[in-house]
Parts: sequence; structure tokens; C-alpha cells
Amino acid sequence: MRGESKEEKAKEKELERQTYSLPVGPQHPMYIEAENLNVYLDGETIVDVDVNVGYLHRGIEELMQRRNYLQNIFVAERICGICSGIHSMTYCQCVENLLGIDIPERAKYIRTLVLELERLHSHFLFLGVVGYEIGMDTVFMYVWKDREHVMDMLEQVSGNRVNYAMPTMGGVRRDIPNHIIPSMLEKLNHLEKRTEYYRKLFLRDRTIIARSRGVGILPKKDVERLSIVGPVARASGVRIDVRMDFPYLKYGDLDWKVIVEKGEDSQARVMVKVLEIFQSISILRQCLKKLPSLDREIKTKVPLAIPKTEAIAIMEAPRGELVYYAMSNGTDRPERMRIRTPSFVNIIYSLPIMLKEQQLADLPIIVASIDPCFSCTDRMTLIDTKSGERKTVDETYLKRLGERRSR
Amino acid sequence: MFRRIGDKIVCYARRKSPWILHFDTGGCNGCAIETFAVLTPRYDIERFGGLSKANPRHSDILIISGAVTKKIESRLRRVYEQTPEPKAVIAVGSCAISKGVFHDAYNISGPLDRIMPVDVYVPGCPPKPEAILQGLLKALDVWRERYKI
Repeated sequence: MRGESKEEKAKEKELERQTYSLPVGPQHPMYIEAENLNVYLDGETIVDVDVNVGYLHRGIEELMQRRNYLQNIFVAERICGICSGIHSMTYCQCVENLLGIDIPERAKYIRTLVLELERLHSHFLFLGVVGYEIGMDTVFMYVWKDREHVMDMLEQVSGNRVNYAMPTMGGVRRDIPNHIIPSMLEKLNHLEKRTEYYRKLFLRDRTIIARSRGVGILPKKDVERLSIVGPVARASGVRIDVRMDFPYLKYGDLDWKVIVEKGEDSQARVMVKVLEIFQSISILRQCLKKLPSLDREIKTKVPLAIPKTEAIAIMEAPRGELVYYAMSNGTDRPERMRIRTPSFVNIIYSLPIMLKEQQLADLPIIVASIDPCFSCTDRMTLIDTKSGERKTVDETYLKRLGERRSR
Repeated sequence: MFRRIGDKIVCYARRKSPWILHFDTGGCNGCAIETFAVLTPRYDIERFGGLSKANPRHSDILIISGAVTKKIESRLRRVYEQTPEPKAVIAVGSCAISKGVFHDAYNISGPLDRIMPVDVYVPGCPPKPEAILQGLLKALDVWRERYKI
């Protein structure tokens, strides 16, 4: 960067001499999405890591303020392809909170069902990626073969595999017919058997234990300090789950429990997800059992323009707490939308702690173990693209930058 | 043009093993997981000799999904330039084809065909894995015709 002082350059060189930096990404074999980790190494040991995200930033919040409430369902759905259901449903819940309306009972059950199916497919995806990262392609192939059953169920319910387009403001768009319920229960039985196998595999397999136990430790006190959410926090012994803490939809009435592990390492994070699959299957069974006895009504009417007010909606996405905030201004477009996604806090805050003093070869499994999903993470940050190679940004540098700006 | 027997063998081998590189350029990840699903047993790209590669220098066919964001554009160009000839490009999903729902977002510089030549378009939001496989086979046809392999 131009305009740097001599001392700063000397300092940078000093750091460079002690360690060397290895850029990982944006195009890399580790994960399918583009992000950039600048890893500082001392030999094979990671000294520090800079997380440089923003490659997938599209400007969705601004986009949502230009579209009307109905169009925004589809924008919200396309924030993330893995958590598409939870994004659109939290958005709809937020708009319903703006209006202060309640949705029919059957719609609540259908929403819960789709959300749990989505959690299933996301967790299976995660287990496959973990297998892939530690070099066990067989695990990846096995898990993704079973994941296809979940995708089939989603296709049966909604007609789509990825963007389900199930919720709308005031209810859901499609009903679940009774005749598909037996085949779904059959698939759930199959999945439960397979998950039991994976539970034993991830708990006992020597290779997996060697690669994941004690690797990427995230202490409980750091989780609490940095307000990390979701399965990552639960794997460090923090009991936090929006479904239990602030029950929404039907979670308050169903019988299930929060999974908490005390391991604090990558294996604990994997085990939390494996055990959550059992809970999801149990929730799905209860929903499917209840569905035939419910009234057929799935939608209530909603007005398109919303009077001036504000509302918030919180739900538990597969990766943790998802918050939507909306402010209306009397028209059919929101004045302000704000989305706080779980991956953002999990990636930005936890990675530097987990990666410190680990081996470089463990980087993929540590990064994969927090189940990163960058498409909802990438925020607008002011980055000088020319200065991508910067080594450190310390207080004096930031102060000088501020001074230069104000001059 | 006179072609030696060695060239023919190379062409034959190349036709039977199209190595693919998938690059996500700022979509919602939906096309990315569907492309990933193509590698797995139900769809199984290896039936056609395909293998997922992470290095653009090793790959023949680029599968690119997502509306191209401004930050990733230069990287995308570099990935394209690093891929050796003969190569083919597949645009997967509505975003890569026409920017999709993000058509008026401020940080998008796509669509893909303004940045690099695209051979096959696979529409859908996201397309099903079967469609991506068909797109791959189409790309192979284009590839063979263009480079006479």
C-alpha cells in the first residue's frame, strides 16, 4: 500500500522473516466456496490466520429494500442454498410479526417438517464433507448416497431439491398429501439405521479419531465471550438452541432434546451433528403422525402493504441462531432489512482461536468442522483490493489510516 | 492436417477422462451442492470418466455457478486463463446465465458470458444433478468438435 512509513515496512519484514504466510483460496481444494484464509506458519505450525471473506457478497439487504414483501421471499431463499428453507421461513415469520398475525396449525406443522428435513440434509452434507476433508472419500460417498433419500423426501414434499419455495406470508404454499406419509416414514427408518452406523463410525474409527480428537479446540469460555452459536457452541458444552430457548412454530409441543457435547474439539462438533440427526428424525416422525388429523387450512390472507412498525424473528438454522429484523414504512416494501446469520459469527470469531498452534494439515478438518457456509457470511467491508497481501493491521496502522482519511 | 498416431492416442485418452473444476462465483451455494452431488453414487460422474479436480491447471472442463461478484471477477479470469487448452466452460444455474434474482444487486458484475466465452448453459435455480450431467455431456460434444478430438 502506498504511503506507508519506514518503520511499518520494517515491522512487516520482521514478521515475514519469523514466519511465512500461505494464502489458502479463494480457489482451493478444501471447500466448494470461495474464501481466502491467509495462514501464517512457523514450520508446519499455524501461528495466526487472517480470514478474508467477501467474495460472495451480493448486497442482499439492500436488494430486499428495493423489492416488495412477496418478491423478497424468493430473495431470502437464495441467500444460501443449504439453508434456503430456514431463510425464507424466518423472513415470513418476521413479516407475520410485523402484521401481528398467526398462521394455521397445519401450516406450522408443515413448516416444522420442512425445516427438520433441511436440517437432516444439511447435517448429512456436513458429515460427508468431514469425511472428504480427512481424506476418507468412502465416507463422503456413503453419506451423500444416504443424503439423496432426504433430497427425495424434500422433492416429494415441495417439488424441489434445493430451493423449496414452501412458505409464504400467512402460511405455506403447498399441502402435504396423506398418501406420501408412509413412504416418508419408510425412508426415515432407513436413515435412522444408517445414522446409527455413522454414529459408531465417527465414534470408533481409528483414522477419524486420530484426525479429529483434540484437534481445533474451542474452549467454553471463548464460546461464551464471542457469542458463538449453534452446534459449534453446543459442542463446547454451551446449552444454546433457539428451538428450546424461545420455541417457535411447533417445537414447544414436540418431544425432543438439545444435544450438548463437552469435547470442545472437532470430534465433538461432528458428534453433535450426528446425534442431532436422531432428534430431527424423531421430530419428523411426530410431525408426520400429527399431520393427517389436522384441519386442511394452510394459508391466511395477508395485506400487501404494511403499516409503519418494526419486528424481529429468531430461528435455529442448521448452523445456529438466525435473526431477521424488518422495519416497515406503510408501503409494500420494507424500509430496512437486517439479517444476522450464524456462520458469520462462527467463522470470523472462532477460526483464529481454533487454528492457533495446530498443524497445517489439520486446517481443512478444523475449518470443515464448524460447517462453514460462506454465502450468507459475506458482508460489505471496505477492503482495498490492492492491499490483499497486508500482513498485520494493528492499532497504529488503523489510527494512521483514520488520520489520513480525515486530512 | 496430418496427425500422428500418438496424437490420436492422446485425443482418445482425453475424450475418456474429462477432469472438471467447479468454481462458485458468488451464488447461493445451491448450484454448488448440486454440482457436488453429481460426484456422488446416485449420479456418479465417473461413469463418463469425469473426476473433480481442484487445480485449474489439471482440469479440462470448468463448471461455473453463481452471479459473478465484483471481488471474485479477477480471480475467475485467472482461473480461466490457468486452465490449459483444450477447455470448455459450462454456466450452471440462472445466476451464471443471467444473474437471476440478483440482476439489479450492486455488487454483481456478471453474467458469466460477459467475462469469458461460455459453451454450454444449464438453466435452473438450481438445475438438478441430471441436468448438470447432461450439460457436461454436451460440453464434451462441443469440445470434441472444436478441437477435433
